[in-house]
Amino acid sequence: MASLRCLLRSGKTAVRAVLRREFHGTPPAAVQVTVRDALNQAMDEELERDERVFLLGEEVAQYDGAYKVSRGLWKKYGDKRIIDTPITEMGFAGIAVGAAMAGLRPICEFMTFNFSMQAIDQVINSAAKTYYMSAGRQSVPIVFRGPNGASAGVAAQHSQCFAAWYGHCPGLKVVSPWSAEDARGLLKSAIRDDNPVVFLENELMYGVPFEMSEESQSKDFLIPIGKAKIERQGNHITVVSHSRMVSLCLDAAAVLAKEGIECEVINMRTIRPLDAEAIETSVMKTNHLITVEGGWPQFGVGGEILARIMEGPAFNYLDAPAVRVTGVDIPMPYAKILEDNSVPQIKDIIFSVKKTLNA
Amino acid sequence: MRNMLAIISNVLRGTASRNGARVVVSARTYADFTPQASFDIKKCDVHKLEEGPPLQAVLTREEGLQYYRTMQTMRRMELKSDQLYKQKIIRGFCHLYDGQEACAVGIEAGINLTDHLITAYRAHGYTLTRGGTVREIMAELTGRRGGIAKGKGGSMHMYTKHFYGGNGIVGAQVPLGAGVALACKYLGKNELCVCLYGDGAANQGQIFETYNMASLWKLPCIFICENNKYGMGTSVERAAASTDYFKRGDFIPGLRVDGMDVLCVREATKFAAEHCRSGKGPILMELQTYRYHGHSMSDPGISYRTREEIQEVRSKSDPISMLKDRMLSNNMASVEELKEIDVEVRKEIEDAAQFATTDPEPPLDDLCNHIFYNDPPMEVRGTNPWTKLKSVS
Repeated sequence: MASLRCLLRSGKTAVRAVLRREFHGTPPAAVQVTVRDALNQAMDEELERDERVFLLGEEVAQYDGAYKVSRGLWKKYGDKRIIDTPITEMGFAGIAVGAAMAGLRPICEFMTFNFSMQAIDQVINSAAKTYYMSAGRQSVPIVFRGPNGASAGVAAQHSQCFAAWYGHCPGLKVVSPWSAEDARGLLKSAIRDDNPVVFLENELMYGVPFEMSEESQSKDFLIPIGKAKIERQGNHITVVSHSRMVSLCLDAAAVLAKEGIECEVINMRTIRPLDAEAIETSVMKTNHLITVEGGWPQFGVGGEILARIMEGPAFNYLDAPAVRVTGVDIPMPYAKILEDNSVPQIKDIIFSVKKTLNA
Repeated sequence: MRNMLAIISNVLRGTASRNGARVVVSARTYADFTPQASFDIKKCDVHKLEEGPPLQAVLTREEGLQYYRTMQTMRRMELKSDQLYKQKIIRGFCHLYDGQEACAVGIEAGINLTDHLITAYRAHGYTLTRGGTVREIMAELTGRRGGIAKGKGGSMHMYTKHFYGGNGIVGAQVPLGAGVALACKYLGKNELCVCLYGDGAANQGQIFETYNMASLWKLPCIFICENNKYGMGTSVERAAASTDYFKRGDFIPGLRVDGMDVLCVREATKFAAEHCRSGKGPILMELQTYRYHGHSMSDPGISYRTREEIQEVRSKSDPISMLKDRMLSNNMASVEELKEIDVEVRKEIEDAAQFATTDPEPPLDDLCNHIFYNDPPMEVRGTNPWTKLKSVS
């Protein structure tokens, strides 16, 4: 009763507070969710929503997933919907594509995208190109997902980034989530998309918790494929990145902010179709651009972004050449000191920002 | 009408000997023909099977005429394509199927249109049996907008309902076919998938990966190896350590079938379909067949085999001749009747070729369409940064 009198005395703001249900000052129901759990929940919900969705890959069922991303799904959905495959990527990727052609909606997991190279013909020639070759008669609603890029100490054959390889091909959508919210919303969109989607996760991000809003926990929370997100607003320089590197960019931005340099950090979210407009709009505001990726420099994601900026309206707004921060142009070494120096570090991003701003 | 024909027939019968005279105006009634007959067919070699398909096949007159018409249509269509290719009206790849007609027709006779089928690039025959028309097949070969894939696919990329092409990458269609079979099992509609590949593809690793999974998961898949003795220019003996393709599935039961006899193919397919539909899992059939043309139109086909060999197959084992002889010698059709079918087929092919050469090419604004399905329209970069093209689903 006393609080009600208090409320009536406090006027407009209080009413708004009531309407937001902040009567007792409780914040909205946000939770901490790891990327792994976000992916797991997204798959669980989509499996429940549509009977045609199923998951196949190595160790996805009884082992609960090599990285535990599919934990609990086999127990809940059984052998028909969660299928363990032999170690035969070319075969099971082809089987997944065929199933998609015949009316199902498979999620094909590659234990890492390095192994997708064994199956890459099925991804490109059987999945990506078929809708075009058939002039719209035959669609292929499939998701290829798995961890991509460098991990920790797994050496050259297990550390390659495939964003540029898949990003090159028309007929594919290529998605690269960073946060738990990205993972959830983009995976749901990918599964509901009627086209082949390559979904590039990151092993080092699986265990990282993020705060997720109440809205993002809804069963129909979808993030549109092809739209980037500005993770941090800034006026001095545009920093474009995807996947795990977004974390490093934000860390670098925090350090730079102390020196008065405000970075606008853009999380690409999608590699193909690339949200060039978001990047251009930002560059036209900040006049400076760097891209940051884990993959190799030559013929890569950063190269594509720079080319688009050159060809588009934002070029005239650049006060300095746009540059790329990338992995070192070598196969990934094993020893920790070598591995650490093979991928961009926060100091490399800071260095590149400062160089670009002084140039 | 019937009475009149009967009267004329009686008159003519009186004046000409039954077997010898070639009466130009056919006056024989339906009652004169044998409605159906039983034929001995070659025994199939079996692998991991207690028994094979039956040694006799019953052929009705209707079936015979239909198989004849379809095979003849296929033959003429391929020969016409050969002509058009030499006139440079068809370009690029063109892999012709003449000689192998009994395979496509026999297989279709053993399954239903609701079943599924996938093959490699020698696909024109299957496009026809799976519901495509000669017109749209030929217009696809000539790259016109009336083609079955609107001119965007070409010879190797033709699709119809429950027919998944037409695939250019050797062997890749086999896992795809098993995937279709997985969907059949998953959706529980008692459908199966026929998954074809050649003797050349039979050595591909992904096929063995597929055998493994199809068998593990008991997928309703009929694997069929069309063994026409040559993978492009390489004979089977030079390519395969084991040319018993029907045994290469190892743990998968197999049949070796005379692929030049449409009845043999049909009975084997029925046998295989029964095996799949009863939930026993996949089965493998090797069809021993022959292609008259080279591997493709750029291969004359005589550098790695002799003209005599080709001629011998033509004279002794031609699938259309074999069916024709069977029907005629069992009084199931008349020479005139079959000739009439030939005339009709020829006309159909001519019409189709006419369409295929006069239909316009696809419009340029179709260039960027069909990238994505069910997506809002989007922009596609042209050859230079100023050219922005439109793509709709």
